[in-house]
Amino acid sequence: MTTLTLPRNGFFARLTFWKVVFWALMAAGLYATFVRFYYGLGAVSNLSDAFPWGIWIGFDVLCGVGLAAGGFTLVAVVHIFNIERYKPILRPAVLTAFLGYLLVIFALMFDLGRPDRIWHPLIMWNPHSVMFEVGWCVTLYTTVLFLEFSPAVFEKLHWKAPLKAFRMISVPLMIAGVILSTLHQSSLGSLFLLVPHKLDKLWYTPYQPIFFYVSAIGVGLAMTIFESWHSSKAFKRQLEAPLLASLASVLAVVQTTYFAMRLMDLQNRHAWGLLTDNRPETALFLLELALIALPLPFLFQKRVQSNPRLLYWAALCVIFGFITNRLNVSVTGIERASGVAYIPKWTEVAVTMAIIALGFALFRLAARHLPVFEEEEDKEETKAYSQNRIGLKVA
Amino acid sequence: MAYAILFDSTKCVGCKSCESACAEKWNNPYDDKIAAEEKLSAHKLTTIQTKGEKYVRRMCMHCLEPACVSACPVGALQKTAQGPVVYDADKCMGCRYCMTACAFGAPTYEWQARAPKVAKCNMCIERQTAGKPTACTEACPNEATMCGDRDAMIALARKRMAENPKGYNPKIYGMDEVGGTSVLMISDVPLESLGMPANLPTEALPGLTWRALETIPSVVSVGSVLLSGIYWFTHRRAEVAKAERSSL
Repeated sequence: MTTLTLPRNGFFARLTFWKVVFWALMAAGLYATFVRFYYGLGAVSNLSDAFPWGIWIGFDVLCGVGLAAGGFTLVAVVHIFNIERYKPILRPAVLTAFLGYLLVIFALMFDLGRPDRIWHPLIMWNPHSVMFEVGWCVTLYTTVLFLEFSPAVFEKLHWKAPLKAFRMISVPLMIAGVILSTLHQSSLGSLFLLVPHKLDKLWYTPYQPIFFYVSAIGVGLAMTIFESWHSSKAFKRQLEAPLLASLASVLAVVQTTYFAMRLMDLQNRHAWGLLTDNRPETALFLLELALIALPLPFLFQKRVQSNPRLLYWAALCVIFGFITNRLNVSVTGIERASGVAYIPKWTEVAVTMAIIALGFALFRLAARHLPVFEEEEDKEETKAYSQNRIGLKVA
Repeated sequence: MAYAILFDSTKCVGCKSCESACAEKWNNPYDDKIAAEEKLSAHKLTTIQTKGEKYVRRMCMHCLEPACVSACPVGALQKTAQGPVVYDADKCMGCRYCMTACAFGAPTYEWQARAPKVAKCNMCIERQTAGKPTACTEACPNEATMCGDRDAMIALARKRMAENPKGYNPKIYGMDEVGGTSVLMISDVPLESLGMPANLPTEALPGLTWRALETIPSVVSVGSVLLSGIYWFTHRRAEVAKAERSSL
C-alpha cells in the first residue's frame, strides 16, 4: 500500500460525493422507469385527461431542445460566417447538442404512450401538424449532429477515408443543420398557437415561434459558456476566457433583442394591463422577464465578460430565464384553463433528473475518450494559445 | 349529407340513458358509480353533467375543422366527409397533442394501460352509415338528443325556438364556435353558463398553426440561398486575405 494518493484525498472525496448523487439519481430513475413501463403513464405521473402534458414535455423536450441550440449557433458562426477563432468551443458545443437531442428522444420514449411507434410520423404523414414537422426536423437534425460529431470518432480511430468523405458533404450538411434547427426551434413555439383557448393571455402570442427561436439562440450561447466553465473545472483545463468574453457580447445583443421583442409584443397586444392582475401567473411572468432582464446590464460590461465566474452566473441566469419561459408556456400557463392543479409526481421528477445526470455522465465519458477539446487535437498550438491568452488562433 | 347531433338541454331530464347506451356500444363498463362520475374518460365517452336543475351533455363536438385532426402528427384522427371525427388506434403513437389542442376536452386517454389508446366519441359513424341513429339518440326517451343532417338539426333547433321563444336562449352553441361544430346545443340559458367553454374564437383553430407551417418552404429556400451566399462570401474573403498575405 502506498501513501501517494493521500494529497489527492480532497479530490476523491468530491468525486465520490458526485458519484453517490449520480447513482442515487440512477436508482430512482430506474425505479420510475419500471413503474412507467409496467404500470403505465397513470401510475408514474400526475398527468390526466385535463392535463395531458407535464414536465416531460415542458422540461425534457422543450427545454432540452433549446438548451442544445448551441450546436447549430456555433456551427453557423464558425463554419458559415467563417469566424475561425471560435473553433476551440465548437466541438464541445456540437457534442452537447448531439447528446442533448439523443436525451430528448430518450425522454420522449417515456412520455409517448406508444414509444414503440415513435417512427410512425416518418411514414404516416400529416403536413398540417406542427408535431409532424417537429418530429421530422428532430430526426433529421439528430442525424446531422451525429455526422457533425463523427469526425471526433474518426480522428480517434485514425480513419482517414471517412474523414475525407465527411469533408465533401460537410458544407451542405452544416447549412441543412442550421435550417432544420431554425424550423423546429421555432415550431416548438408554433405548437402553442393552436391553443388560444388554453394558454394564458400573458403568453399567448402569434409571435411565439419567433420568440422560441430567438431565445433558443440566446440559451444556446449561454449553455456554451456554462459547459466551458464546467469542462474547465472537471478536466482541469484552461478556460477559453477571451473567446467566452466575445461570446458574451454576442449573447448580450441576442438577449437584449429578445427582451425588447417581448416588451414590444406586450405593447402590440395591449397586454400591459394583465400585469396588474393579482394572480400567480402574473408573478411567474414577471419572474421570467426579470430573469431575462437581470443579466443584460452585466453581460455588456467588459469587467463581467472577462471574469469567468461572473460570466458563468450571468449565463446561468439566462438559462433559468429560458427554462422559466418554457415551463410557463407549457405547464403553468395552461393550468388555469385546464381546471386542475398539476404538480409533477416524484417519479416524473426522478426520470427527468436521471436523464440530466445521464447527460452529464455521457458528456464526461465522451470528453475523456474522444478528441473533443483542442488540446488533444494539437497540443503545441493550444499551449501557445493559452500562454499568450489573446484568443486569436492562427488559422 | 353531413351527420350532426342536436342536444336540447330544456328537454333533458338527466336519466343518463345516453350514457349507458354509449357504454354498451363501446363495451365499456357502466354502473351507478360510473354514472356519478360526470366527466369524460376513456370508459365514458359521453356524460350528462348536472348543473343545478339543468343538465348539459358533454361529448366530442365533431368540429367542422377540428384542431385535433390538424394536430395529429400521424393522421390518426380524421374528419370524415359524413361529419364524424374518427380515430385510428393503429396509427396513434400517444403524443397526446390532440388532447392539448381540443377546446372541449373531448379526447381522453387510457392512462392505466400498458399500450394506451385515445378514446373519443365517433358519432356512431358505423350505425349512421347503416341508416340507424346514434346509440345515444336511440336511447333518449325525450328527444333531448337528436341526430341527422346538420342543416336539418339547425332547422329543428330554430323550429323549437320559434314554437317556444320564451323557453329558449336564441343562440345555438356550436354554430360558430371554433369555426362551427357538428354537435349543436340549445338551452333556455347560454350554454356557457352550463359549463361549456366560453369565449372560444369563431375562427377555426387549425388556421392558427397553418399560418406558421406554410412559411416553411420560404424559410428553407431563402435560408439555404442566404446561408450558402454567406458561406461563399466569408470564405472567399478569407482566401483573398490569405493570397494577399503570401504575396507580400
